[in-house]
Amino acid sequence: MASFAGARDRASSTRYKRLGRRRVYGHLGTALALGCATVAAAALLAILGYVVYQGIGAINWAFLTQLPHPVGVSGGGVGNGILGSLIIIGTATLMAIPIGLLTGIYLALFGRGAIAETLRFFSDVLSGVPSIAIGLFAYTVLVAPLKHFSAFSASFAFMMLMLPLLVRTSEQAIRSVPQSVREGALALGMSNARATLRIVLPTAMPAIVTALLLAIARVTGETAPLLFTAFGSQFWETNPSNPMAELSLQVFTYAISPYPSWQAQAWGGALLLIVAVFALSAGARFMLSRAMRGLEA
Amino acid sequence: MRDELLAAVDLSAYYGERKAVGNVSIAFRRKAVTALIGPSGCGKTTLLRCFNRIHELSFDARVEGSVLMEDQDIYSAGVDPMAIRRRIGMVFQRPNPFPTLSIVDNTMAYGGRGLSRAQKQERAERALRSAALWDEVKDKLRSSPLRLSGGQQQRLCIARAIAAEPEVLLMDEPTASLDPIASAVIEELMASLAERFTIIAVTHNMQQAARVSDVTAFMLADESGTGRLIEVDDTAKLFTTPSDRRTEDYITGRFG
Amino acid sequence: MTAEPRFRRLARFVSPADRGFAAIVVAGSTLFALLILGLFAELALGSWPSIKAFGPAFIWKSEWDPIASKFGALPMIYGTVVTSLIAIVLAAFIGIMAATFLAEFAPRWLSTPLSFLIELLAAVPSVVYGLWGLFVLAPFVRTTIGPALQHILGWLPLFSGPIYGVGMLTGGIILALMIVPTVTAISRDVIAAIPGDLREASASLGTTKWETATRVVLPAAKVGIFGACVLALGRALGETIAVTMVIGNRPAISASLFAPGYTLASVIANEFTEATTSIYISSLIELGLILFFVSMIVNGLARLMIWSVRGSERTAV
Repeated sequence: MASFAGARDRASSTRYKRLGRRRVYGHLGTALALGCATVAAAALLAILGYVVYQGIGAINWAFLTQLPHPVGVSGGGVGNGILGSLIIIGTATLMAIPIGLLTGIYLALFGRGAIAETLRFFSDVLSGVPSIAIGLFAYTVLVAPLKHFSAFSASFAFMMLMLPLLVRTSEQAIRSVPQSVREGALALGMSNARATLRIVLPTAMPAIVTALLLAIARVTGETAPLLFTAFGSQFWETNPSNPMAELSLQVFTYAISPYPSWQAQAWGGALLLIVAVFALSAGARFMLSRAMRGLEA
Repeated sequence: MRDELLAAVDLSAYYGERKAVGNVSIAFRRKAVTALIGPSGCGKTTLLRCFNRIHELSFDARVEGSVLMEDQDIYSAGVDPMAIRRRIGMVFQRPNPFPTLSIVDNTMAYGGRGLSRAQKQERAERALRSAALWDEVKDKLRSSPLRLSGGQQQRLCIARAIAAEPEVLLMDEPTASLDPIASAVIEELMASLAERFTIIAVTHNMQQAARVSDVTAFMLADESGTGRLIEVDDTAKLFTTPSDRRTEDYITGRFG
Repeated sequence: MTAEPRFRRLARFVSPADRGFAAIVVAGSTLFALLILGLFAELALGSWPSIKAFGPAFIWKSEWDPIASKFGALPMIYGTVVTSLIAIVLAAFIGIMAATFLAEFAPRWLSTPLSFLIELLAAVPSVVYGLWGLFVLAPFVRTTIGPALQHILGWLPLFSGPIYGVGMLTGGIILALMIVPTVTAISRDVIAAIPGDLREASASLGTTKWETATRVVLPAAKVGIFGACVLALGRALGETIAVTMVIGNRPAISASLFAPGYTLASVIANEFTEATTSIYISSLIELGLILFFVSMIVNGLARLMIWSVRGSERTAV
């Protein structure tokens, strides 16, 4: 402001006016930027609001616990889809945790050579591969040879979707544990295995759990690979080698169906999916704040 | 029989091609405090880290020469570095308690294999008492070490090191990150620990070396950046009548 | 005691416990590597009959006739490119502006909740976007957006013809909504990483905040922002379910954005379980292989650009 005041003495009145115009442009520009941020946020609120408005009416105890009814028979629910989602995602998580953690540990402890760099590169590539292509992979290795759709093949595809995030986060979380802590453990005569498992890994755990929750949230909202892996089912299916219902797949099937009663159920299912995914994201945020606090101390 | 517990013989330490410590030979007296002093970058910390084979954890690090513990080279093939580190404990420059373990679990982190529950409890208490920390933490043994002050954390790290009952205690500038009051507590502690352990302490602070040590070793980097041992002597003698001119320059502050 | 330094780290795993540990860790990461190689190998293998039958012409032939077993990917490539372009144009504008607002103009009490809302948008499941697109956006395009565009720009072939509601424009808009959070979040981080002294230097010349933002800060951040857009483009190219629900699913190339179309991903989603002949299945897998390569290249580029500015290897959101 001081330099501006000095310049004002010499400035002609037109020059002063030009600054006024620049101010106006500035305000217009800021308003445009604010408008864009508002549009993005409003889109979310519009979608959320509409899903809640349409979906809340569909949700009741029967919706959560019953099998789908045939077209024309009112009522029914997505109970088998919810169960299927839990089984498929649970199995995927159980498979992804060991592979993801071990690879993360490998990259963190031995990750300096060309092999590790290649592995990191491929992990990043995998994170960008469309889920539908991963579904095709699950189909060609687990469905085509056995000649039937299965929940396990869906879990396999979901595991592939979860791995990149898990691998990179666990590597970074382990690396971010101060070297002095690891040295402290080794200086006591602990083996590398013990120092890693008992001291380093627990310290990195909040960050790893954050990533795990985000990965679970991602596959909870994922539908594409299920089309030709889990396939869907009208029954209470619990055997992972059979086709199985899954919530997001049910939402998709109902949404594109021509029957208004099914479409109403699709909104109910969509609301359930959103609640689940947001709860997982909120959980991840909570864990992240814990992880940050742990690192500060 | 021998008065010396630990000795380096023609020891050199490298990071990749860079020679950080060059051809050091030195012997450490049992149950004495030896201070390693010298300007920063003189290789004293690297030398210290060679004594419990922690140096080799740094990327591209290697060692030439030997370190003898009761006449056995700890770098010879077949020697388990883990076994060496149990006999030679270490306290680091910054307090590094294990963040996820409680205070008492930190103290017993070395394992305590073969001890009963009660024996472990007892040993933890003994270690914490020896580290002059017991009175301050006895009511919160199960809480996180991160709630302790910096000085308390450092004493916890000392307790953790001595709970394993090592013979040698390496201390790498143990008071560098502490305030003067907390430093004074650690210095007193070092004097009492010297009754049970052979202590080798790196320090950046000559007054501290003069106060706590029996023997002082002075190191200096040569023109190629390699740390050399210049002089070792009884602390009283080294600080009053050093035999090397470079030592004299350093302790009288004429250096650099 | 000289040792070859390179292998010292592994060699230090000497005790039996450490050796077992190292073996398990190496086994786990080998499995991970095999999975990724398997993904590529299986897609290539599954495409082989189609590659053999149609050769490279698969990419530029526009006929998609399962009954006659004639397959060409051009309509799907066209649909994918058109929808993704619509999406990235809209999302880049909105996203960059929103990021500028969040990083440069918004007070903290506003930027935190706004960022949070926009990032939540990224968590909404694809199928929910599709559902909303099908029942809310598509009718809106048919009754309002479409006629308005046609009224003004109807002389362009892009906006001619009947408006069904579902079609490439609707698909593009839905994709735009889905990738706005990616553009916004990464651009905001990149902008925030621009050193403050640049802004002070600019402000000391008597510029307005808006001028500082558009003439100094955004140009300094442009590589990273461009990377964010390319990464978002990669997402748009591979997005499946939401697009499948609103694009109309017709393997035809039309100039009009209102016309129904197909994308690589949506044709796989729609037809794979109904594909009966092995050459049909193989052709669909080849579409997946094309998608795999395209997204790999696009993602690789994006990551390079984002890292070059942000300077850390933090993985993108």
